[in-house]
Amino acid sequence: MDEQPTPAPVIEPGYTFGTVTDKISSIVLTRPTSNGWFLGFGVAFLVTMGLLYAIGYLFLKGVGIWGVNIPVGWGFAIVNFVWWIGIGHAGTLISAILLLLRQSWRNSINRFAEAMTLFAVACAGMFPVLHLGRPWLAYWLFPYPNTMNVWPQFRSPLVWDVFAVSTYATISLLFWFIGLIPDLATLRDRSDNRAAKIIYGMAAMGWRGSVRHWARYETAYLLLAGLATPLVLSVHTVVSFDFAIGQVPGWHTTIFPPYFVAGAIYSGFAMVLMLAIPIRKFYGLEDFITERHLNNSAKVMLATGLIVAYGYGIEAFMGWYGGNRYDAFLLWNRLHGPYSFFYYMLLLCNIGIPQVLWIKRLRTSPFWLFLISGVVLVGMWLERFIIVVVSLQRDFLTSSWGMYYPTRWDWMTFIGTIGFFLACMFLFLRVLPMISIFEMRTLLPEAEVKE
Amino acid sequence: MKHTPVYGLMAEFDNPEAVVHAARKTYEAGYKKIDAYSPFPIEALSEAIGFHYNFVPLVVLIGGILGGLSGFALQYWIHVINYPVVVGGRPLNSWPAFIVVTFEMTILFAGISAVFGMLALNGLPMPYHPVFNVPRFALASKDRFFLIVFSSDPRYNALETRRFLESFSPRSISEVPS
Repeated sequence: MDEQPTPAPVIEPGYTFGTVTDKISSIVLTRPTSNGWFLGFGVAFLVTMGLLYAIGYLFLKGVGIWGVNIPVGWGFAIVNFVWWIGIGHAGTLISAILLLLRQSWRNSINRFAEAMTLFAVACAGMFPVLHLGRPWLAYWLFPYPNTMNVWPQFRSPLVWDVFAVSTYATISLLFWFIGLIPDLATLRDRSDNRAAKIIYGMAAMGWRGSVRHWARYETAYLLLAGLATPLVLSVHTVVSFDFAIGQVPGWHTTIFPPYFVAGAIYSGFAMVLMLAIPIRKFYGLEDFITERHLNNSAKVMLATGLIVAYGYGIEAFMGWYGGNRYDAFLLWNRLHGPYSFFYYMLLLCNIGIPQVLWIKRLRTSPFWLFLISGVVLVGMWLERFIIVVVSLQRDFLTSSWGMYYPTRWDWMTFIGTIGFFLACMFLFLRVLPMISIFEMRTLLPEAEVKE
Repeated sequence: MKHTPVYGLMAEFDNPEAVVHAARKTYEAGYKKIDAYSPFPIEALSEAIGFHYNFVPLVVLIGGILGGLSGFALQYWIHVINYPVVVGGRPLNSWPAFIVVTFEMTILFAGISAVFGMLALNGLPMPYHPVFNVPRFALASKDRFFLIVFSSDPRYNALETRRFLESFSPRSISEVPS
């Protein structure tokens, strides 16, 4: 294979600094809000109200309204926490790691992928707090001087998790905001509406595009990307420590950190595609989010999916080969136990179906990619369900075995966070530029300065 | 007539190469108090006006070191000094268990220093700036490039500087009122 076809362009030809700016900023500034937007936001908002109702009832009655009990004390809360935070990881991967690797195609998807990260982390962060039992005491998780003179136990992975996730949320927010500053200045200068001018102007903080500012800005942005890269890898590693440091069969393995990180990126890219495909269609952005973006994202999904498949393989192999009777039983329980249906579905969704991505025609077809991404998201959710529930329900002593059934409140909370996520996404699309305008300008041929 | 002090002379260009060329020539002609504005980062442009180094990396380094030290010190103080609890017969200063939080605090402090350090060095937020008085300057965030010679430059002369900037055939030249 020596003949390499030229890859599809990152931006379709014919655009200038002015038209790129107009096209992206007009979505926010001049395009009338469509009925579709109101419908989508309305539905997402209603589902968010459902979330608030479920949370309100939880505060009133306690975690007893959920299906969690001994032996399965973690249940949906932790399943959803890991699922959401994993989804967030693709945003940081796109904005930081691909920036360091000089993958300039990322410039048209990094902004909304970062927004996706923020909202996904917000959804993720709710679950451990709601799961606390007394959520109003969540600030006890942080070390602060108090009259009781008690402190968090820093030798516990659960406390590491608090630091990892809150650092991740903070850095993601800063990264997203710093990327927005020059575009907020563009919106300030382009808006006719006085109120919008003032709001965007305040948020842009007087950015005027001085080259001295740009030089410091670029340095800070690059350093932040360099810091976010080990951070994003550490966050899901620490999430996997929540399991791996414990002694429960199926959790106590060293394969967990890399396999969790790969799974996070896998599900995250699936979510990126599920958002990008409708967005490019409804907002007519096919010139900026091209087939190349779909193809590349699908390749990342395929690669990380294979790493995840390797993780499953090693888990099963070690269960069989390791000679530990509890690990061997866990494998048997996954394959033949009461939740075996979900294990087979997991294998189908995460390993089986995504293999069709080897076919190039499917990698560039928005319709099929959308469907496959949905399958992967379901599969990755099932993976966390299997890890959390099947390991806990039958551990060392047969006398302490049990079953786990989620209640309607579990479902309402989970679906509610999806609504919350989508509602935030709709608002973001309406009021902020969903594609980084200044980074798109740098991709244009006319931006090149010949020495 | 009331005398309005002039902040500087501003020339407008419509492509990055022209502004880089003009900026380099202006700097070489001995004007040191100059600045340029562009809608996206242009490395050659900051080099052209003689801006080679910035202190953001130093700020980030200091922030990261402080973050790491304070992260470890926090855990050491809590578990060794303030409230020692022996867990599983391990030493009180069980430092490997403290690495994760130390690492996260390093990243947190370094990242916060990067963003706020950059903003502080840039003097932002700055809601008012004289260059915004030029109506055409709104295009600096879209597709135009501006070069300004500040009136505080010792070589600044309203007439000669204007003539000098005109030699680059810019799209327009405006006087920036202070």
